[in-house]
Amino acid sequence: MTTEAAAIPGLKARRASFRPWEGNTLPVLVIVLAIVGLWYAAALAMNWRGTADAFERAGEARSAPEIALATMGQERPMLPAPHQIVFELKKTVIDTPTTSRRSLVYHAWVTLSSTLVGFGLGTALGIVLAVLVVHVKTLERSLMPWVISSQTIPILAIAPIIIVVLGSIGVTGLLPKSIISAYLCFFPITIGMVKGLNSPDPMQRDLMRTYSASQAQTLWRLRLPASLPYLFAGLKVAVAISLVGAIVGELPTGAQAGLGARLLAGSYYGQTIQIWAALFGAAILASLLVATVGLVERLVNRSMGARTA
Amino acid sequence: MVVPMRASTEPAPRAVAGAPVVDIKGLSLTYEAADGPVYALSNVDLQIAEGEFVSFIGPSGCGKTTLLRVVADLEQPSGGHIRVNGVSPNEARLRRDYGFIFQAPALYPWRTIRRNVELPLEIFGISKAERRERSARQLELVNLKGFENKFPWQLSGGMQQRASIARALSFDPKLLLMDEPFGALDEIVRDHLNEQLLRLWDKTGKTVLFVTHSIPEAVFLSTKIVVMSPRPGRIIDIIDASSLGRMRDLDIRETPEFLQIAHRVREGLRAGHSYDD
Amino acid sequence: MTAARRASVLTPLVLAGCLYVLMLVHRPGVAGAPGPLFWGLVVALWLASIVALSGLSNLRLKSRPADRLASLAVPILFGAFLFFLWEVIVVGAGVPSVLMPAPSAIARRFAASMPVLRDDFIQTFVKSVLTGYAMGCGAGFVVAILADRVPFLRRGLLPLGNFVSALPVIGIAPIMVMWFGFDWPSKAAVVVVMTFFPMLVNTVAGLTAAGRIERDLMQSYAAGYWTTLLKLRLPVALPFIFNALKINSTLALIGAIVAEFFGTPTVGMGFRISIEVARMSLDMVWAEIALAAIAGSAFYGAVALIERGATFWHPSYRT
Repeated sequence: MTTEAAAIPGLKARRASFRPWEGNTLPVLVIVLAIVGLWYAAALAMNWRGTADAFERAGEARSAPEIALATMGQERPMLPAPHQIVFELKKTVIDTPTTSRRSLVYHAWVTLSSTLVGFGLGTALGIVLAVLVVHVKTLERSLMPWVISSQTIPILAIAPIIIVVLGSIGVTGLLPKSIISAYLCFFPITIGMVKGLNSPDPMQRDLMRTYSASQAQTLWRLRLPASLPYLFAGLKVAVAISLVGAIVGELPTGAQAGLGARLLAGSYYGQTIQIWAALFGAAILASLLVATVGLVERLVNRSMGARTA
Repeated sequence: MVVPMRASTEPAPRAVAGAPVVDIKGLSLTYEAADGPVYALSNVDLQIAEGEFVSFIGPSGCGKTTLLRVVADLEQPSGGHIRVNGVSPNEARLRRDYGFIFQAPALYPWRTIRRNVELPLEIFGISKAERRERSARQLELVNLKGFENKFPWQLSGGMQQRASIARALSFDPKLLLMDEPFGALDEIVRDHLNEQLLRLWDKTGKTVLFVTHSIPEAVFLSTKIVVMSPRPGRIIDIIDASSLGRMRDLDIRETPEFLQIAHRVREGLRAGHSYDD
Repeated sequence: MTAARRASVLTPLVLAGCLYVLMLVHRPGVAGAPGPLFWGLVVALWLASIVALSGLSNLRLKSRPADRLASLAVPILFGAFLFFLWEVIVVGAGVPSVLMPAPSAIARRFAASMPVLRDDFIQTFVKSVLTGYAMGCGAGFVVAILADRVPFLRRGLLPLGNFVSALPVIGIAPIMVMWFGFDWPSKAAVVVVMTFFPMLVNTVAGLTAAGRIERDLMQSYAAGYWTTLLKLRLPVALPFIFNALKINSTLALIGAIVAEFFGTPTVGMGFRISIEVARMSLDMVWAEIALAAIAGSAFYGAVALIERGATFWHPSYRT
């Protein structure tokens, strides 16, 4: 979810010896092309048997090149060829009106809305909790160990319960999914924020003490600004798992709408192209969300005078 | 918390005439470590008069920084008597009697130089117009005019430390506490800053408590040198250096008088076993 | 000192009070319909526990082991009190078990369903998680070394790896079920994909972590690539690698459980959760979640323990 390198942000001048994006366009492009090539080869190999069998059942004799060509255009292939996914995406995103239930945009919006609500709730909860933990020693010593150790538990397993229990008391739709998202994403934010709020070095804190600054003044002028890099590192993780939470939250009820529902329906009916399209839709959504958080981070950093690395 | 705010025009409450700015008697500070108690300060007596420049010198562990932090109410003594401007360190801190300058500039990286200098003024609730006026004046005093809108990382180490001095001066405290402020800088920059600091001290008439581990620096700057020694942290010798005059230039360091005082400092350090292993 | 005295007096009192209330709440006359006096007692215990806990957490003990013990006791007592509240409120207010079963009911169910839980554990954890985890982490490590050897590969793979790490990889579960069948291999396949990228990204980052001076030192000894790798760069990379191993221990369990939502033979933790939720027998679901929590934290703990032994020199472990 996060790498060590990304988890230790610093406004302070840390010389970046690790710059993955610098001049990487060409290698990335080459590797992506290689993956696409491998994909076609795999599609050919994996769909061959099914395609050949289908022709055989129909009593048609085909030559190998004809079968090979046909592996790329199966309706329910083992592995759809990349262009099939692209066409499916085009069909369900551009050619279908967004209000239609056949539109991927419609389903993506369903998932996105619960993701965003959950992300907002989780962020607010996470920040408030972190501020409390930093100021109330009892909370730090009693609650924080639980927050940290709950990271090691597969919390997502709890999703079906939340959906069903809330459903049985009449709460359905967007809210239960958002609660799962919020629940998943507040942990990394709290942990990151607590670290961030405690990040000012002793000298910076002593300085506030020599000014006999109040706790609130220290919070606003020192702790919060110092914690922002940690907050953004947490937000990037949180927004990604918030989306995962919303998708998984759509599974147990066999939900009628959303990317998770598309995955589930696709797997029921063997609609592999639909599954892959939904998967790519989710991937695009996730990268847009993370990129948005990254953009906000850049803007905030710039206004706070961070060195442009 | 009710903090008596000093109006900006009113002069700072001075110590009663003749009474020392810092008055320490029988001060001790002991803390518990894993392998028994550590005597950071033991039976320290010291009086500092207004307008003095006092250096504290000694090897690490001699308690010079601890003593400064006790004066600043950043550490609590375990015994003895201490008065700062006639009140307890805590009261002195609450009425913002002193400015503290740390080993590192401790500038906030997300604030421009100007807003760093204005930080204490913001906390004291001083109006924006006056903050601007005062920060401009202080930055000019430390020769940082024109760098107001830069961020700390865009300045050299020496310039950053000058900005932190401007920050300490911004609310015009009568007392400056400096904890090895130039320790991390190279010697050429340090010489330059020492001269500037002397000029500043002479112009403003502040009382300065200055912790250092450099003998030439201590002798060059001070009217009084306090030589300290570790295990337990204590005062070995207090040397008067006011005979060198108030304003000095770097050449003074080659005069016999300077070398004599430096020699006495070294003797004090040797007597305190500071050169032993 | 007063805080310490308050804590030392209050803590046993609160514990005794909690035990008394626990006995009280399960009496036939009380369960489901306790009087206001009962709730008053619970609230009083709650307030007293806050005072006791804050006293305990502000305690400064002279001896190291005692201080360790106190700082361990605070979260344990806090957690125990939350379970106590859960039990008392659910039993006391008579919350129907289809909404929220009491911890005691969950524990009873857990104890009664040992054989089922054992089978689920073997299916999900031993077969899917451990196999997938070993393969995914192993593959990530090997590819990372490969990428380190071929800079072009590294520069291409690293951004992609970072990108994929942020994606909802879990969504490939239905595809894997289609490819590898309903049984555990499909779950293991999901786990392989989920654990591969964090391992790749962290190992590559770790391999660049060795400092310039240390590398120059190796160069001055005319050490070759593999010597430098073994003697310097791998040890330096260990904290990064263990970071990935820890992240992956959680991811693997999540992956295996969620993948089972998409179809399994009639055994497995994810299968049990989805089927029992549909039957509204929530005590079994919670028992299964308790099992997942125990398995997850034990797995993580084991990795963390190995890390401690392997990277004892790292600043974060020095005292």
